[in-house]
Amino acid sequence: MIQIPQIPIVEFADIIVAWLRSNAQWFFEPIKKFLDVIVSGLSEGLIAIPPFIFILIMLLITVYITKKIGGLSIFVFLGLLLIHNLGYWEGTMLTLSLILTASMISIIIGVPLGIWMSRSIVVQNVVTPILDFMQTMPAFVYLIPAVSFFGIGMVPGVIASVIFSMPPVVRLTNLGIRQVSTELIEAADAFGSTPKQKLFKVQLPMAKTTIMAGVNQTIMLALSMVVIASMIGADGLGVEVFRAVTRNEAGQGFASGLAIVILAIILDRITQSLNIKRK
Amino acid sequence: MLKIEVKKLTKVFGKNPKLGIKLLEGGKTKADILKETGMTVGVNQVSFKVFSGEIFVIMGLSGSGKSTLVRLINRLIEPSAGSVLIDGEDLAKMDKAELIKTRRKKLSMVFQKFGLFPHRTILENTEYGLEVQGFDKSEMRNKALNSLKMVGLLGYEEQYPSQLSGGMQQRVGLARALATDTDILLMDEAFSALDPLIRKEMQDELIDLQSSMQKTIIFITHDLDEALKLGDRIALMKDGVIVQIGTPEEIMTSPANDYVKKFVQDVDRSKVLTAQNVMIRPETIQVEKDGPRTALQRMMQAEISSIYATNKNKELIGIVTADAASEAIKSGNKNIYDIIEANVPLVSPDLQLNDLFNVIYNSQVPVAVVEDKKLIGIIIRGAVLAALAGNEVNHDDTNTPNTHS
Repeated sequence: MIQIPQIPIVEFADIIVAWLRSNAQWFFEPIKKFLDVIVSGLSEGLIAIPPFIFILIMLLITVYITKKIGGLSIFVFLGLLLIHNLGYWEGTMLTLSLILTASMISIIIGVPLGIWMSRSIVVQNVVTPILDFMQTMPAFVYLIPAVSFFGIGMVPGVIASVIFSMPPVVRLTNLGIRQVSTELIEAADAFGSTPKQKLFKVQLPMAKTTIMAGVNQTIMLALSMVVIASMIGADGLGVEVFRAVTRNEAGQGFASGLAIVILAIILDRITQSLNIKRK
Repeated sequence: MLKIEVKKLTKVFGKNPKLGIKLLEGGKTKADILKETGMTVGVNQVSFKVFSGEIFVIMGLSGSGKSTLVRLINRLIEPSAGSVLIDGEDLAKMDKAELIKTRRKKLSMVFQKFGLFPHRTILENTEYGLEVQGFDKSEMRNKALNSLKMVGLLGYEEQYPSQLSGGMQQRVGLARALATDTDILLMDEAFSALDPLIRKEMQDELIDLQSSMQKTIIFITHDLDEALKLGDRIALMKDGVIVQIGTPEEIMTSPANDYVKKFVQDVDRSKVLTAQNVMIRPETIQVEKDGPRTALQRMMQAEISSIYATNKNKELIGIVTADAASEAIKSGNKNIYDIIEANVPLVSPDLQLNDLFNVIYNSQVPVAVVEDKKLIGIIIRGAVLAALAGNEVNHDDTNTPNTHS
């Protein structure tokens, strides 16, 4: 048998990470500062709101979005009360700010990227495998460089969540725009739309439902990163779950898991309701 | 006055259009080129002139290149060669900005499946062409309302396209095209997706509108009757080539070749249409489960005086009249077989309309169309007359009213 030497992927990756760590701090440092300001600002803000006021605001938002006082508004009200009762209020607010920051960044980067993909087959062919990579590489793996570059705390948690949760909004923005029927594109062109007018007056409004489905998925994926992010020091409900696991406390684990589930259902249903279109 | 001049306009779909054009100029046909290079010739060196105020119909079967041709005229499809002169300016040579300007000011288009924006109201749809030009709100609204008025859709401004029937949606499509007040109107199978009666109504309206507007209209259709009705001149297309251009009269009386001749023959409809073209879906009862009471009720619902009875395999058993059914109900007879009249007029689906007249004339009830013992449709007198007048009543898939894309 011929001995094929081992391909040095391990060494290669190590060298790149080490090099970036010592040479690219000028790049990571401002990002870290920026994200830190946003996450801590957001979490401090959310915690500063008295819980009952917050619950009331959420209730009003739900009623406004669903246009009725129904199951969802009751669920929001009781669910948040339960979280408060269980003593996870602060953890929930921290988790919420982590998710909101990660989702915002994913959307701000993801939607334009999806639009770009929809306009060029080359971009689509380049970006698609990268998205596949981001989604399938186990999340734990990119915690390591995230910690190397950004230290521990909320910021690497946000970064890891963004990497994991961005693909759906990119994919679905691309898909939504590509799905707009040829005849509508022809109609837009035939009346002399500029490419920009076509995008904002026809393609994006038509793709809105699909894009919103992507936003919903992105938020859900960001939420699913909460426990993993807690392993690198991101504060919030994930920490409670993680602690329960390490101490073998089934009851604590269940209660904190339940708080995450409640938060997930609220975020999911509210973003879905945003998507129900007028007829 | 010359409005549009198309010179040697060619579209080759495929990897090397230049090669395709060379081959075409060397006299090769569409089929040759497909075989040799795998490229499809959409439109092959087409030339014609359209004068202002004229309705110029381009007609051909599917695959003849007519839809490609109309899209070459406003450059929704990039021409491979040739030129399109609009008021003397060559559209094919324009840069992006000039093209957009020409589309805004000179050309508007009506689409087969309407091409309405589902997220915009009727008014917003009508305003679209003006909106992209940056008209101010009140002027835009006035123009849009005015063109909605022309097509008879005032009062629907705040509705959405999906709330309207197919015919009304296409009126919106027409209003949108009229709103920008361009000289040229491109209509791509504009009425083909409408059901026959609405189609006829729209054709009449277009003729009315045209008599007051005097637009230059290029109208694409696959329907010869429509072409004859609307066209001042007709161009007949086959395999990407124009086979003949002429007035309806010329096309009818002196067809240029066998292909045109075959087309024109179809106009004598009684020779061409068969029973299955004019039959309609029958109301039926099923002998295994329905009794006289159900039969009567169904007749009342459908406002008919007799109803065909089949078994569960759709095989024809006979006919039940309303009189017989109500008689049976009065006398308490629940056996449906007692009131079925088995002797009914039958025809096969491929019987020609000519031969159908006698059967229909002699029959008191609708004629049953039967294939392999199964009842597949019925023929009522009105439908035959309508078909002769040019309205097909069959359940052709292209006639889908009230749908929206």
